[in-house]
Amino acid sequence: MSEDDAPSVADADIPDDVDVPEDVEPETMDSDVEESAKTVPRSVPLRVEGLRKEFGGITAVDGATFAVEEGSLTGLIGPNGAGKSTTFNCITGVHEADAGDVYFRGEEISGEQPHDIVERGLVRTFQIARQLGEMTVLENVMLAPGGQQGESITRSVLPGTRGRVVAQERELREKAWETLEFFELDHLATEYAGNLSGGQRKLLELARALMTDPSVLLLDEPFAGVNPTLEEKLLDRIHDLREQGLTFLLVEHDMDLIMQNCEHVIVMHQGRVLDEGPPERIKNNEEVIEAYLGGEV
Amino acid sequence: MSQTTTDDVLAPLRRVFANDAAKVAVMYIAIWVVFYAFGNHLGYGNSGMLSLVRRVTFLAAVYGIVVLALNIQWGYAGLFNIGVAGFMAVGAYTVAMLSSPPAGSPPGLGLPLPIGVLGGILAATLVGLVAALPALRLKADYLAIVTVAISEIIRITYNSPAFSDVTGGARGFGNLPTSPVETLLLQDPTSPASEATSLGETVFSFAAEYGISQFAVVNTLYTVGVLLVLLVVYLLLERAGKSPYGRVLKAIREDETAAQSLGKDTQNFKVRAFALGCGLMGLAGIVWFAMGPRASVTPQTFRPNITFYIFIALIIGGAGSNTGSVLGGALFASLLFEAPPMIRSIIQETFQVSANPGNLIEALIPIASGNLAPLGGFLLNNIDSLRFIGMGILLVVLIQRKPDGLLGARKETAAGVPLTADTRPDTGRADADAAAVDGGETDE
Repeated sequence: MSEDDAPSVADADIPDDVDVPEDVEPETMDSDVEESAKTVPRSVPLRVEGLRKEFGGITAVDGATFAVEEGSLTGLIGPNGAGKSTTFNCITGVHEADAGDVYFRGEEISGEQPHDIVERGLVRTFQIARQLGEMTVLENVMLAPGGQQGESITRSVLPGTRGRVVAQERELREKAWETLEFFELDHLATEYAGNLSGGQRKLLELARALMTDPSVLLLDEPFAGVNPTLEEKLLDRIHDLREQGLTFLLVEHDMDLIMQNCEHVIVMHQGRVLDEGPPERIKNNEEVIEAYLGGEV
Repeated sequence: MSQTTTDDVLAPLRRVFANDAAKVAVMYIAIWVVFYAFGNHLGYGNSGMLSLVRRVTFLAAVYGIVVLALNIQWGYAGLFNIGVAGFMAVGAYTVAMLSSPPAGSPPGLGLPLPIGVLGGILAATLVGLVAALPALRLKADYLAIVTVAISEIIRITYNSPAFSDVTGGARGFGNLPTSPVETLLLQDPTSPASEATSLGETVFSFAAEYGISQFAVVNTLYTVGVLLVLLVVYLLLERAGKSPYGRVLKAIREDETAAQSLGKDTQNFKVRAFALGCGLMGLAGIVWFAMGPRASVTPQTFRPNITFYIFIALIIGGAGSNTGSVLGGALFASLLFEAPPMIRSIIQETFQVSANPGNLIEALIPIASGNLAPLGGFLLNNIDSLRFIGMGILLVVLIQRKPDGLLGARKETAAGVPLTADTRPDTGRADADAAAVDGGETDE
């Protein structure tokens, strides 16, 4: 079933079926390496194969297969109901996929708990910002980092270890301030997140995700409801972070934004990958225009 | 290093005593003053006055402990536990079974009290885990249903004649362990009127100079002990709350999916919070019911209404705030349980209300002829029932007008360091962290 779409993908010169040596752990060699005869310039931290998810009678994702290259800003577009958010949810463990596999840095992560996937360095944000309203902006940001000693009750409470927890908190607070300054949210640090504007919440959500120290970020419509100035700011930050080596997969409806900023675009339609490639290719694909714009250009 | 550790030790203490401790102290002193005034007005002697103040302090303190325990579950993590009474019952019954003398009926195991107390806390924790592990995976509503059910199952099991050899059945566990105060001061701790030990001799003779009985001394010292337990539980939960742990709990309360998407194993955090809360509820059950002035381990003691009182106290104080929990417990216990009888006595004495109508109709009809006395008498005589109506009204008003609680704040920051002011290192303010601590406080 899901292979119906494969030819249209395969004839593009996209190395979506290629896994790459650099980051591959030895134990994952068994399944993927035979195919990776070709050498490619960049590794593929995230790969989705034949992903399928049904809700009742509706097949939200129907055999989606794609890959995200290291250090890229990849756009994931598609009309409403194309299965983009569900794909995100399946990748990050919020939903369990009915079929198909997700590989992160060569290891299969399908079926893992969301928190385990975050620990691997694959972190997402949500379409509707999930700010923690009754916590301050600073608290929101300080919540995120992994490996906090004080997450153990005994270490937080006992006199011998409390000192270390406080010391780590102090470092964390410093890092949190830096991150807030980077996103120009520092003037709001002591404000409750529930009092922030929609755009500021999106910035906070990205700042928070960043504090988990991810290597790949999945952003679900980070620009929805964000005014143009703030959108510009958010985009600048994303480009800055890319330069630092982060990889982004971006769901977005604004075609212009995707075409101008992404070097690789994946188009989903009715739960499948309709086409993928560089923006120029996508722009000129009749099928994409048909699906996305309902036939009217 | 030693410098920073002293700071680390002092900073939370300084913070605690800067305002929160002051709030609690003011509340307790205010309660004492009010009740002293009540007692004074009614012409109580030293002994009567002491027992009045002691009673209200005891209730305020035990309410404080159990409200704190509920706060870590509901206030912090949003876990809706309506089986508080059941977990207190497990604590109280377990300590009675473990540490009561084997000679009494029903027989205890006669183990040392610390082992019994530890056993009671562990048993409450374990029962909490058994209840929570399946239910915490589901939505909050299911946890509420499971906890109220388990609380009733516990009570009915203790009530059952089938286990009456071990639990005392419907009559309750009559053979209770002796409190540490009794053990220290009395030669035969099981009998309150027995000969004093040498330490007891000194204490009792000192108290006798003020006309205070041996019995009152034991209860008063026990109440002081309960206040100490409250202090320890408060400091423990204050540290647990003001830490990354408390921060994750708050995040779970606000939005569990968001917490998961930031790499937090929320299930694990919820289970630990629930277990900690249940263990402390067991402890509260022990100090409240297994010994001391209100000792009574019977199935009737642990009916669900006590759970709702504790919820009201937490709501009054402000869910999510440890200080608010202590304040709410104190305010609730003194207002609902101890103040109404006092007020009745005072009004009856002042206005010579002697009318005693048999029912509301008899009380209302005379109003037509301008006679309010029967209504006044009716209200006063039924103050025990009417105070619950008042409490209901208070609860409705509070939730509408001050959903964050009367005194505390749901929004207290959860961190091991102050976050209330600009604590950036490069602003030059926070080079010495002590400065940041002070800054954080004064700016509030």
